[in-house]
Amino acid sequence: MSEAAALDTHAQGFRDELEPSLTPDNSGKLGMWVFLAGDAMTFGAGIAAYGALRWYNVNWPNPADWLGITLTAVMTFILICSSLTMVEALSGVEHGNMTKMRTFLGLTVLGGIIFLGCQAFEWHHLIMGEGLSIKTSLFSATFFILTGFHGMHVSGGVIYLSSVLLGSLGKEASHHQFKMVEVAGLYWHFVDLVWILIFTFVYLI
Amino acid sequence: MAETAAAHAPGAVAHEGPNYIAVFIYLTVLTAAELGVYGLGLPKPIMVGALVALALAKATLVAMYFMHLAIERKGLWIVAGTPLVIIAFCYFMLRPDLSRRTWASHQEDVVIGHHEEPSAVMPQIPQGKALSNSDQPADSQVGQPNAAPAGGESPSGSAAPAPEGGNAQPPANP
Repeated sequence: MSEAAALDTHAQGFRDELEPSLTPDNSGKLGMWVFLAGDAMTFGAGIAAYGALRWYNVNWPNPADWLGITLTAVMTFILICSSLTMVEALSGVEHGNMTKMRTFLGLTVLGGIIFLGCQAFEWHHLIMGEGLSIKTSLFSATFFILTGFHGMHVSGGVIYLSSVLLGSLGKEASHHQFKMVEVAGLYWHFVDLVWILIFTFVYLI
Repeated sequence: MAETAAAHAPGAVAHEGPNYIAVFIYLTVLTAAELGVYGLGLPKPIMVGALVALALAKATLVAMYFMHLAIERKGLWIVAGTPLVIIAFCYFMLRPDLSRRTWASHQEDVVIGHHEEPSAVMPQIPQGKALSNSDQPADSQVGQPNAAPAGGESPSGSAAPAPEGGNAQPPANP
């Protein structure tokens, strides 16, 4: 038992050797990470510009006067839940359980769609109800750019995960399927991560 | 142990995943904590500090466990860390510039202060155009016929330098 456990940690310790970065097997994962790093720079530039503009602008409005925290807290929770269903889908295909994988991947897509619905409702309220537009002020401009860019990522993620789900129909669990879900999961968790930051920086602070 | 070994075989995965449910609970609790801090009505600097710390903790949890950074090759840290360095650079490079503008424009919105300065520079832009047009013929000989319309285009902005450039170059080239 302890020997087996030692072997296990041993195997984990040698993941570097077991999974070299530039084999075809791992190129998808590395490619996604590089893409996400680039994407993070875009989001980061947006958030850094927002932060710098806001920090030195004495007339910045209080976000709570314009934005609903309750709805966005629910949206945050939905996205965290969808991250959980995403890792459950990965765990499903890891253990050869394609039904579990498809179920949880479907739930993840559903979470993304609900999130987008909430955001559409919020935007509709702000634009039609409050009369905000991207031209109104720096506050509204940064708000619409940051949440809009993130919403586009969620939309892309919904399409991406749906195509992974459709592509897995009728297929057996395989290493290829595992990699597909793992790489798609990286993207989805990144979108969740960015929302966590946007929720705090744009809505709460 | 036999179970995990069997589980590894079909997926050909070298590790057991982290405890995802625990990570999910942490994330939910931290979100609730954020809302709590938000609702407490603390002084602004303390609230901002606490919220940023909580948000970074949540983001770290997602990256480390959901995105498997904790159990990946350490080489991926270079890829994951690069944007962080650049974002920090971006933010701190923006700060001094903006602070100066805010001081200059007092209560004014930063956008206004930011946009008015370039508009004061606007009249100089035609001059820049004329310069770039006179550069074109110098780069390529095919562009020479364009030099005459370019000179004629901007007689008002800087009438003297542009035709001069157009006239001076044709003798220079042969």
